[in-house]
Amino acid sequence: MIMPNLDLDSLLDQLADAIRQAPFFSADSKMIGLRTGGEYIALALAERLQLNEAIGVLDSSFYRDDFATSGLSAQVQPSNIPWDVQDQTIILVDDVVHTGRTIRAAMNEIFDYGRPARIILACLIDRQGGRELPIQPDFYAYATADALRFKLQGPRPLSLRIEPLEDTL
Amino acid sequence: MSPRLNAPNIQLNELGKLKHFLTLEGLKQTHLLEILDLAESFINPQTNEIKKVPLLRGKTIMNLFFEPSTRTRTTFEIAEKRLSADVMNLNISASATKKGESLLDTLWNLEAMQADMFVVRHAESGAAHFFAEHVAPHVHVLNAGDGQHAHPTQAMLDMFTIRKLKGDVFDLNVAIVGDILHSRVARSQIQALSLLEAREIRVIGPKTLIPSYPESLGVQVYHDMKQGLDGVDVVIMLRLQNERMQSALLPSAEEYFKTYGLTEERLNYAKADAIVMHPGPINRGVEIDSAVADGPQSVILQQVTYGIAVRMAVMATIMSNAAQLQQADAQASTETHS
Repeated sequence: MIMPNLDLDSLLDQLADAIRQAPFFSADSKMIGLRTGGEYIALALAERLQLNEAIGVLDSSFYRDDFATSGLSAQVQPSNIPWDVQDQTIILVDDVVHTGRTIRAAMNEIFDYGRPARIILACLIDRQGGRELPIQPDFYAYATADALRFKLQGPRPLSLRIEPLEDTL
Repeated sequence: MSPRLNAPNIQLNELGKLKHFLTLEGLKQTHLLEILDLAESFINPQTNEIKKVPLLRGKTIMNLFFEPSTRTRTTFEIAEKRLSADVMNLNISASATKKGESLLDTLWNLEAMQADMFVVRHAESGAAHFFAEHVAPHVHVLNAGDGQHAHPTQAMLDMFTIRKLKGDVFDLNVAIVGDILHSRVARSQIQALSLLEAREIRVIGPKTLIPSYPESLGVQVYHDMKQGLDGVDVVIMLRLQNERMQSALLPSAEEYFKTYGLTEERLNYAKADAIVMHPGPINRGVEIDSAVADGPQSVILQQVTYGIAVRMAVMATIMSNAAQLQQADAQASTETHS
């Protein structure tokens, strides 16, 4: 398998440009990043898009559907949405979308805060072929069906490491 | 009943994680920190609200209170509901045991009703241990206060309150005032403070209400409020139980207040920014003056609110540990079979 050579900055520029040109977009748009990779991407996008409001951050650990089989991850931190979600158009941001389950959990949590007018999904990378729910990103910068692991480190400097996904037992 | 109070490891599973929560004795600092950190994440940093989350959906928790309690039972119930568990409250003194059913028969019947967790309050020391020894392997037991032995969730919520309002416990001098000898709350608090390496743990009270082996607890003993409160960051007042007066350990409530009651004047001996805590219910004019209980340094009601988040964290940790153990077992068995 050939490792793709991705330039993180230009991927973020592409993603920001696509969002900026969407009809719903304005500088008042609200953005939520999923801890921790999505949070870093959301911070980078918010800067490029010059959003007026600070981004919200969600930790959807309490809403995951695998608690009964996997328990909680080591470090759960409080979610923090600094504005009212009611009737807002929210850009939900994650680094990688794969099964769609994390996004499902995040949307559940968002609805605990209120009823958004609309949720738009923006992901840096769409890992296709493994979807387990009818959830598709509205925006993505790179798509692949290869079995790759994307590791994002950040927030500053932000870097992306790509490695082959070893076969699970 | 065979309490086996010296076998605290019954509360840990094969991975060394909490399976039951019976006492702080025998636990490590990391067990406490995990709970305190998780409790933090249940509280909205903006509004201080405690959110409802779907973690324990489909789980049944039974609150077995053999001894009356308002605060503990209610905050446990709220915590369980905020975790989306199904909750049953059983006031056992008024039910089956009155008809002569043995404790174990009651327990096994409740287990047959698909309970996943029992929260137990009992007047006998060791009651929660006894339950933990006899429940099915998938059932968890939480001690909500047993006799004069332990009240670990109270101590955890106190540690959480201290950490939230005063910062890391290892920087702090903490004084516990009152009936140390008979108090399960004090025992658990002292254990928690030692595990979190508080700079200094002091106990203040009359000789009749201080254990005769205080050094073994790692505490400094004071019989005088002025000396004991000097320079402390946290003052924890304990409730003075009326039985103590009846058993002639103390002359009278008035006399006690004169010597050990926390008044504004005495609170001045502590640091200017010291906080005042009390597990409740408070006896105004016995161990604490109303001016202090309702005053700016009192955090008694915050303790109650934080108690919800901390109890959520204890229950979520236990269920999370169970899931992880199950997963580890499943992985081990596929590895041996492949």
